[in-house]
Amino acid sequence: MAQFDAPTRTLISHAQISRGHGRIIYWIVLGFFLVVFTLIFIFPLYWMATGGLKSAQEVIQSPPTWFPHVLKWSNYADAWRHLKLARLLLNTTIYAGGALVFQLVFDVAAAYALSKLRPVFGNIVLFLMLATLMIPATVLALPTFLTVFNLPLLHINLTNSPWAIWLPSVANGFNIFLLKRFFDSIPEELLSAAAIDGAGPLRTLWSIVLPISRPILGVVSIFAVVAVWKDFLWPLLVLNNPAKQTVNIGLYQLQQGAPQDVFTAALFIASIPMIVFFLIFQRNIMAGLTSGGLKG
Amino acid sequence: MTTINVSRARSIELAQERRQRRHVPLWGRVRRHAVAYLFLAGAIVCFGFFSWYPIVRETVMSFQKTNFAGDTTWVGLKNFTHIRHDPEFWTAWRASIEFSLLALVFGYAVPFVTAIILNELRHVRGYFRLLVYLPVMMPPAAAAFLWKWFYDPGDGLFNTVLRDLHLPTSQWLQSTHTAMLSLVFFSTWINMGSGTLIYLASLQNIPGELYEAAELEGAGLFRKIWHITIPQTRLILSLLLMLQIVATMQVFLEPFILSGGGPQGKTTTVVYLIYEYAFHFNNYGSAAALGLILLVILAGFGGAYVWLSRRGDER
Repeated sequence: MAQFDAPTRTLISHAQISRGHGRIIYWIVLGFFLVVFTLIFIFPLYWMATGGLKSAQEVIQSPPTWFPHVLKWSNYADAWRHLKLARLLLNTTIYAGGALVFQLVFDVAAAYALSKLRPVFGNIVLFLMLATLMIPATVLALPTFLTVFNLPLLHINLTNSPWAIWLPSVANGFNIFLLKRFFDSIPEELLSAAAIDGAGPLRTLWSIVLPISRPILGVVSIFAVVAVWKDFLWPLLVLNNPAKQTVNIGLYQLQQGAPQDVFTAALFIASIPMIVFFLIFQRNIMAGLTSGGLKG
Repeated sequence: MTTINVSRARSIELAQERRQRRHVPLWGRVRRHAVAYLFLAGAIVCFGFFSWYPIVRETVMSFQKTNFAGDTTWVGLKNFTHIRHDPEFWTAWRASIEFSLLALVFGYAVPFVTAIILNELRHVRGYFRLLVYLPVMMPPAAAAFLWKWFYDPGDGLFNTVLRDLHLPTSQWLQSTHTAMLSLVFFSTWINMGSGTLIYLASLQNIPGELYEAAELEGAGLFRKIWHITIPQTRLILSLLLMLQIVATMQVFLEPFILSGGGPQGKTTTVVYLIYEYAFHFNNYGSAAALGLILLVILAGFGGAYVWLSRRGDER
């Protein structure tokens, strides 16, 4: 995060804004953006939170009230109980956790093999994996859905099971790219030293490569979790059993039946876990986004 | 003299290495490769089932007719001629391109301008960064339903504010004129955080001396942006441009939740139409054919970008 806060020289010099006119203009501009940004990004959340506290009449009343007349806390209880939000949140957490584990195990092992063990045809495998980055994911949703519905060779149906989320998440060319690039930067001598000590490839991976790779593993983990929480089209196709759905799909299904006040409360509850996750891992997420994410 | 020695020494070393490698028994080498493929197995199986095979299947399906029972017959180019004669085909392309272009005007410029402004502010920077990224972390369906409510022409927040300010109100999602624009506003709001933070990081890497030098030559604010800021962030600007076009040409969630493809099919985008072909009409062949066209266009676009940037690097 240091890179953000370092006192660098920017467009406008420090001297220019620290005296006289410049100083006044700076504070006006700062105040202006503070108000505008808060309105644009916090106010919707406020509207959602208070909308969930209004009564059924008040929430659809025109013009709307800026603050609820009577705080109807029962909306939140109703949303939690009747709309089965706990189920949806738990499902999504399980899917995200599993996707994280599978991606870490399979993609790390694969990137390590491609970077350090370099088997025959390794370059072809790498090329095929990276080539998938060029293929638009939404286009593949249909053939992948048909594949998951009836897995070739094995003839099993993975829809409405966590596997339908977990396994396809491993086929992520970007993970392979990020991990392999990081493993490539680990000096060969470090690994040959371990080999001389008699460590096999698995041991080398576990006790030498992984400890150094913590930053990139963090980036991959965060991307994995966020991707599952945000995905819409794929879970819409493969999870049609209401008891198995994710937050996004659950909300989409609920919207037809639920009254506006309870539904607004549900929207707010559904938004909380990710926002809390973001507040906790803020530094890692932002650092990952800028350093790990896009330097290729 | 020394360089020659070094290179000779190196070549001797290499020859020794080669000899040593030849002495590794065959079984050892096979084992080494087998172990490596054991590490690769999980990923290869997943890529195989959920990425490589679907690509092949998409291509095959677009030349076939598939019925419920899973029987397939080859129909040649019939799927392609069928979708080409569907009036929705052209409106869907127009909708996707319109969304992409509008998203370029707003979604592409807004994060960059925001980043430039935030980079100049010297207080509460952490708060600003937190704010712009907050919507990125919302479940998109929750955010979309919230905005659908904001856009309501009757009791929606936007029209309420406009009425309070005595400004003309809008039908937002329900008018053919403003529906697409409404989708783009939402899309910009929810996505701009990532772009802003990436630009902020690259603005931090611009050497300050460049600005000082420009000032000595009397350059004003806009000339500094034009001649220093933009050229210095050129690579990240072009990368995000490419990624954004590829992403916006695949827009689905916004029209699906906010406008349902309406009004009058005005916001039925290409991916939305693929979804309708496949899951409303169970016409997998047409869905695959339309998908394949989009795939070829976007993969070609991405490939051209990679090729051009490679060539740029070599120069």
